[in-house]
Amino acid sequence: MALISLDQVAQLGTLTYYLGGWEPPWGIEYRIDRTSALVLVVVTGIASAVIPIGPGEKSYQIPGHRHAMYYAAFLLCLCGLLGMTVTADAFNVFVFLEISSLSTYTLIGLGSNRRALTAAFNYLIMGTVGGTFYLIGVGLLYQMTGSLNMADIATRLSEMQSTRTVVVAFAFVTMGLAVKLAVFPVHQWLPNAYAYSPSAVSAFLAGTGTKVVYYLLARILMTVFGAAFVFDILGFDRLLMPISLVAMFAGSVAAIYQTDLKRLLAYSSIAQVGYLTLALSLGTTEGIAAGLLHMFNHALMKGGLFLVVACIVCRTGSSQISELGGLARRMPMTFAALIVGGFGLIGVPSTVGFISKWYLVSAALGSGSYVVAALILASSLLAVVYVWKIVEACVFGKAPEGAPQEEAPLGMLIPTWALLGATLVFGLSADFTTHAATSAAEQLSNGVKTAKLISRERRQLHAHTLAEPNAVTPAQESGQ
Amino acid sequence: MSGYLGLWHYWATIALSMLGLYTLIAKNNLVKKMMGLSIFQVSVIMLYVSMAKVTGGTAPILRTDIENPVYSNPLPHVLMLTAIVVGVATTAVGLSLIVRIREEYGTSEDDEIRAIDREAM
Repeated sequence: MALISLDQVAQLGTLTYYLGGWEPPWGIEYRIDRTSALVLVVVTGIASAVIPIGPGEKSYQIPGHRHAMYYAAFLLCLCGLLGMTVTADAFNVFVFLEISSLSTYTLIGLGSNRRALTAAFNYLIMGTVGGTFYLIGVGLLYQMTGSLNMADIATRLSEMQSTRTVVVAFAFVTMGLAVKLAVFPVHQWLPNAYAYSPSAVSAFLAGTGTKVVYYLLARILMTVFGAAFVFDILGFDRLLMPISLVAMFAGSVAAIYQTDLKRLLAYSSIAQVGYLTLALSLGTTEGIAAGLLHMFNHALMKGGLFLVVACIVCRTGSSQISELGGLARRMPMTFAALIVGGFGLIGVPSTVGFISKWYLVSAALGSGSYVVAALILASSLLAVVYVWKIVEACVFGKAPEGAPQEEAPLGMLIPTWALLGATLVFGLSADFTTHAATSAAEQLSNGVKTAKLISRERRQLHAHTLAEPNAVTPAQESGQ
Repeated sequence: MSGYLGLWHYWATIALSMLGLYTLIAKNNLVKKMMGLSIFQVSVIMLYVSMAKVTGGTAPILRTDIENPVYSNPLPHVLMLTAIVVGVATTAVGLSLIVRIREEYGTSEDDEIRAIDREAM
């Protein structure tokens, strides 16, 4: 379905649907453009790989009577994520955000370890505060513009960009989404939530949850507020870029010291979110394209890797790295999948990781930040270290006594290889993904161009009005 | 009323939300944390509802007996209905998680849970 819509959007342009027949800006508008169609493909792709795995294996330790709950929560979460992607209404986003978050909390709480419960609770606290921040931001935007439709807000905002309310609204919205995206300083919920939830859930969350929020953040920064406001006036890139760089390194270094495979992957996710926000902070069309591309590729890699963990846990009952010994001989297919995914994280050529790093580095070079490009490459070296740590344990480690010799069941291997095989396919022939990401980024930054034009006109206008006494002074603005 | 005092409803909102956030961060008991979260969410409701009020406005029900009636903006109220539902759902999920945590750990104090986890490591 999502593939069809991507194709349709590519050919016909943006699809829209007015909920209840009310036209925007009064009614809620559902809108699929190139960017959201790409995200839809990611989300539905990961979901259809994860659903067949299901909770059926006894190693998930979800008791039989909870399976129905698992599927219900899973589908609700999927519904929320898809809704967030297609809606063009700022408040509707909040509703879908909460739908997906609430079902995520229950999914994490299904984990076999009792720490899953505390992880879910902490995520609930963080996630709800984030969601409420977003709500406050939307409220302030509504107060200023009188509209909830994103495109409508964008056109009205350009007249009042630098009032303090809009700046505060921007801060609230960005902060709220940053919490959900696990941007570096507010990422504390993520490692535990990924590590203690059932492996299939980790795969789903890693592949979709943060990706959809990233899309939202890009959309709100680029289309609603406009890149000119975010980057030229506020200088948000000067904040976002160091944070992303720190996240890349801190996440990777933390990943090196983990003893649990799932926690290692979770910290690696934080580092990868750093790449995503870094791409966004470049603020150029190439940067956004690289970010969207990396979002697509990372969803495949991380989803696939967590499914590998699911295969391992299914047979060995543990995801501790120390118990991975001899995995290369015991479960060759699973191990091969692990290698493919790990190479993707490093960015070895012929995997998708290489493609996205290539675009990221060239986008960084394109905007003249040579240091950033060098740091991206340096942080890839850290990825080598933590991937090597897993490989070393699997190949040279001693198998624990009485370790099961069986390969993972076919029903789990097929989805795993479907995702990781896709990383190879898109790594070798990247035309489809790069084309989709580039055209999506162009569409997103169409807003950028117009916003930049408007801001230039405004500046000229401002220069004229400065001489007149009735021009708005900052003091009057702050008094409003 | 004018100036900063005229914006008293914003001050009330800020006070409520800070109260909620403080409770959320400072309290040790999980149930109290949850209540702090609820207060924080409720403060947003106040923000929305107060901005919907139009001076001299009446309830947004169609009136024919008054010439040119001024109505308050009904949309934020509708939005807040949804937000209330979300808040209730969040509280329900959170409290049921606390129940499960208490079943597993035998306590609902944050520091005790951490201590138990540390021992198990």
